Amino acid sequence: MTMDWYWKSASEISAAVRSGVVSASDITEAQLRRIDEVDGRIDAYTQRWDDTARAMAAKVDKKASRGEALGPLAGVPVGLKELLCTRVGKTTCASKMLEHFRSPYDATVVKRLEAADAVFLGKVNMDEFAMGSSTENSAIKVTRNPWNLKCVPGGSSGGSAAAVSAGECAISLGSDTGGSIRQPACLCGCVGIKPTYGRVSRYGLVAFASSLDQIGPLTRTVEDAALTLNVICGRDEMDATSADLPVPDFTGALTGDVRGLRIGLPKEYFTEALSEPMRERIEQAVDAYRANGAEIVEVSLPCSEYAIAVYYIICTAEASANLARFDGVRYGFRHPEAKTMQDMYVMSKSAAFGPEVRRRIMLGTYVLSSGYYDAYYLKAQKVRALIKKDFDAAFEKCDVIAGPTSPTASFEFGAKSDNPLEMYLSDIYTISVNLATLPGISIPCGLTDAGLPVGMQLMARPFEEELLLKTAHFYEQNRGFDMGRPPIA
Amino acid sequence: MSKTAVSTWAAPRLPEESVMKYEAVIGMEVHVEINSKSKVFCACPTDFHAPPNTNVCPICLGMPGALPVLNRDMVDKSVAVGLALNCKISRWSKMDRKNYFYPDLAKNYQISQYDLPLCHGGSIEIEVDGETRRIGITRAHMEEDTARNTHTLGGGQSGIDFNRSGVPLLEIVTEPDIRSAAEAYAYLTALKQILQYLDVSDCNMEEGSLRAEANISIRPEGRAEFGVKTEVKNVASFSGVQKAIDYEIARQEKVLREGGVIVQETRGWDADRGITVSQRLKESAHDYRYFPEPDLPPIVVDESWENRIREGLPELPAPRKKRLESQYGLSAYDAHVITLSKPVADYYEAVVAAGADPKKASNWLMVELQALLSAAKLEIQACKIGPEALAALLKLIDTGLISGKIAKEVLVEMFDSGLPPDTIVRDKGLSQISDTGAIEAAVKQVIDASPEQVAQFKAGKDKVFGYFVGQVMKATRGKGNPQLINDILRRELEG
Amino acid sequence: MSKISEKDVSYVAALAQLRLDDAAQERLVREMGDILAYMDKLNSLNTDGVEPMMHALEMTNVLRDDKTGAPLSHEDALMNAPVDNGDYFIVPKILEGEEGG
Repeated sequence: MTMDWYWKSASEISAAVRSGVVSASDITEAQLRRIDEVDGRIDAYTQRWDDTARAMAAKVDKKASRGEALGPLAGVPVGLKELLCTRVGKTTCASKMLEHFRSPYDATVVKRLEAADAVFLGKVNMDEFAMGSSTENSAIKVTRNPWNLKCVPGGSSGGSAAAVSAGECAISLGSDTGGSIRQPACLCGCVGIKPTYGRVSRYGLVAFASSLDQIGPLTRTVEDAALTLNVICGRDEMDATSADLPVPDFTGALTGDVRGLRIGLPKEYFTEALSEPMRERIEQAVDAYRANGAEIVEVSLPCSEYAIAVYYIICTAEASANLARFDGVRYGFRHPEAKTMQDMYVMSKSAAFGPEVRRRIMLGTYVLSSGYYDAYYLKAQKVRALIKKDFDAAFEKCDVIAGPTSPTASFEFGAKSDNPLEMYLSDIYTISVNLATLPGISIPCGLTDAGLPVGMQLMARPFEEELLLKTAHFYEQNRGFDMGRPPIA
Repeated sequence: MSKTAVSTWAAPRLPEESVMKYEAVIGMEVHVEINSKSKVFCACPTDFHAPPNTNVCPICLGMPGALPVLNRDMVDKSVAVGLALNCKISRWSKMDRKNYFYPDLAKNYQISQYDLPLCHGGSIEIEVDGETRRIGITRAHMEEDTARNTHTLGGGQSGIDFNRSGVPLLEIVTEPDIRSAAEAYAYLTALKQILQYLDVSDCNMEEGSLRAEANISIRPEGRAEFGVKTEVKNVASFSGVQKAIDYEIARQEKVLREGGVIVQETRGWDADRGITVSQRLKESAHDYRYFPEPDLPPIVVDESWENRIREGLPELPAPRKKRLESQYGLSAYDAHVITLSKPVADYYEAVVAAGADPKKASNWLMVELQALLSAAKLEIQACKIGPEALAALLKLIDTGLISGKIAKEVLVEMFDSGLPPDTIVRDKGLSQISDTGAIEAAVKQVIDASPEQVAQFKAGKDKVFGYFVGQVMKATRGKGNPQLINDILRRELEG
Repeated sequence: MSKISEKDVSYVAALAQLRLDDAAQERLVREMGDILAYMDKLNSLNTDGVEPMMHALEMTNVLRDDKTGAPLSHEDALMNAPVDNGDYFIVPKILEGEEGG
């Protein structure tokens, strides 16, 4: 049994466990030792579930010893973002508001992973209530980018991305409302996919923006992302917005080449806003596709310039309603000095929500308030329809759209936290994907001269994850270089 | 969501001798709990007599990560109510979030319907003092009920029970077509009757499965503009509604006559003191920030769905009443009383179908049987006398086996024991004596024993006839056929 | 001049049940002003006749059958209650006249 099981992919691990080459318990021990070794420097884990992990692994091993068939994620170590409801441990959303909250039920995706014989290592850090792009908004602690500990891991699924890229788990489930899986995956040099809206049940995902949120995996390989989607996708009767569509075997889609594949490059994405290092490496990646027979096509997404405004109107409006339930009545933080009912609400919320959360609640409340609904919320929904139309038109000319995930690579802590609007503007490439309900994936395509990861984003038509994964996988297998491992320094 | 305009119109100061007549303009908002087995957005049972906080789940508790899924039965029943109220059913409608903070609101927003209600543009007929009026129904929309607050805990605390949170609620709003408290009462009665016929709700105001609020304004007779309206809440019974409305109309009139101005506000009915009390709310309290519910896809009720529900509707009270009048020759009043409750109307028609004469059946049901039911505080569904048994009893009277008087006793027996009438008559030897000879003998016996009364009768004191009837009845131990006794006595006394 | 006034911010804070100290209020007037001014760029886009995208997917009639399921246990329901008495969730007394629906 070698020490570097924690670098192996989920596919490799589960194949080995299922064939009896290694036990789930051994994998888990190796994983725990890795976390012991590096998490002191990275701080990806907010809750360590060592006992639970060992118990789950023991259960898998018992199944194996009885000759029972094991699930597709047998023994695979998984870290869960702090906003996925679990009966084990706490579900805090990295907020003081839910610091001690214990969910009485498991999210559907959690149940599906457990049924697939995965092993949960614990919960990983995030921006509070998924609001942020750097994980600096966590009320618990800061998580560091394994490629440069002075830099942010991205957000809001920063803990997920850091843990996966540092070998602290094989898979992490994150959530993505405007890029919160893809952007941290990009900044940490791993794979992150946001499935089509409706592919994965949101039951048990603490809601940020109901019409934009989706759960998805962060992994080290595209194959692992496909493997996870096989397990978590599919209609859930507890989520009325989960699509009633069959779930194909996504891992089976990873074969073939890209000859004749039409890859669209939106001209609005390649402007001065995109930093040089990012542009260079993405153009190299596109070249790789071209060299392998793909057809590169220029497309236009004219409403791109409106996407951020639309996104921040819709997501803050929905969030202002979704977070209203956190009032200290049935659960969560209740201010100890609250004497009246009014106090209970105002003092509890004001004390337990961080500044970014309060800012977004204020914005969302404003754009829905009397006299402003038409000008903001209704207008944003109309423009959202136009943005979707843009993509429909672009997908007449191409099959997959490629571009940057983030305008810049990772940045130092505190560099962007003073100006909220500036932070919002960095979501420019990812949010349209949520607005148009498309599937999107970020895959690593190199390092900057400073040694920070660069990622490329691919998008496809709704429910065409197979094509998306195939295209991503092809690049991963044919990029001609290895990303290497983060120095954790 | 009535279209009443807001105005601060105030009465001009009038010379003392002139008497301005005001007319009341009233709209009713009724909330009805629909009797689905499970809640509107989750599978929790709707039985809220369970111990506190035992019929709850992450969804109706508003826990993080929970999501609503709409109950089909709620849609079916809401469409049924809409059709029964002559509404148009929206082909496409959606749910919306109504945002406000209150401890009984689990998510601090209520999932309701704002601008595209499921049902709209209907009407209902009411009758007051013999006059029929049509009241417009603006809309009926689906929403969820809130939890229940208990204020009796003491120590400056309230307790909340979420068993009621998420129970399906249908809100029915009328146009401001109602003109008096009596009409409001009639509206509530007619609405409740329809809802019970459809079997969609218990309609119990004491239990809270039916709640009513009134929007009241007044204006000078003949004016078209609306006055400023107030909303009256917290009424616990239909008669309470009537009293509250009467009070509020009088209060508004007094204010205007004294030169004051009506403030648009919510007022609570204080039943103990018999007054409405202002409940001034913050301006921001009414900014509900409605927006479409992203967690629930729209509802499309196409023609075939609507028709399926329409075909499944029972015959409604008004048409049934008319049919009973024409089909069975009942008076309007009798038909009205019988059709007040569907189980009673069903019972009645079953009695007639079993062969009873319609008018006699009506009489026996409304008078004799109803008296027994009322005294025992029973509903007709719990009655031990089935419709066929009642029909059989009436048949026994028809064939002369028993008198009407004896039949009343038999009915009581049937009510208590559930035994069929012929068994009771046989076991108790109650069949009446219709043997002419036996009656003649009894009559002769009585006449012979009562010379004084015979003389009185022959002298013209007609009232004394009753004495003879009574005596003959006594002699036959109550079983003499009354008609025969009458005929034979007359013959003997007058002959 | 910020796009949003202090009065607006106070009104919105009251709606959202948030209390802001003077410094936070000032900062929000500025930040929200910037963000809302940015959002004004939507006004330059003509959206006449465009149907708003009210729901993310084009599904309709996703309904459940009227069947009851097991509720939470009473203990689980109250498990996270900040204040309870074993039966009810306890809150400071709700006064008549405070907003109910």
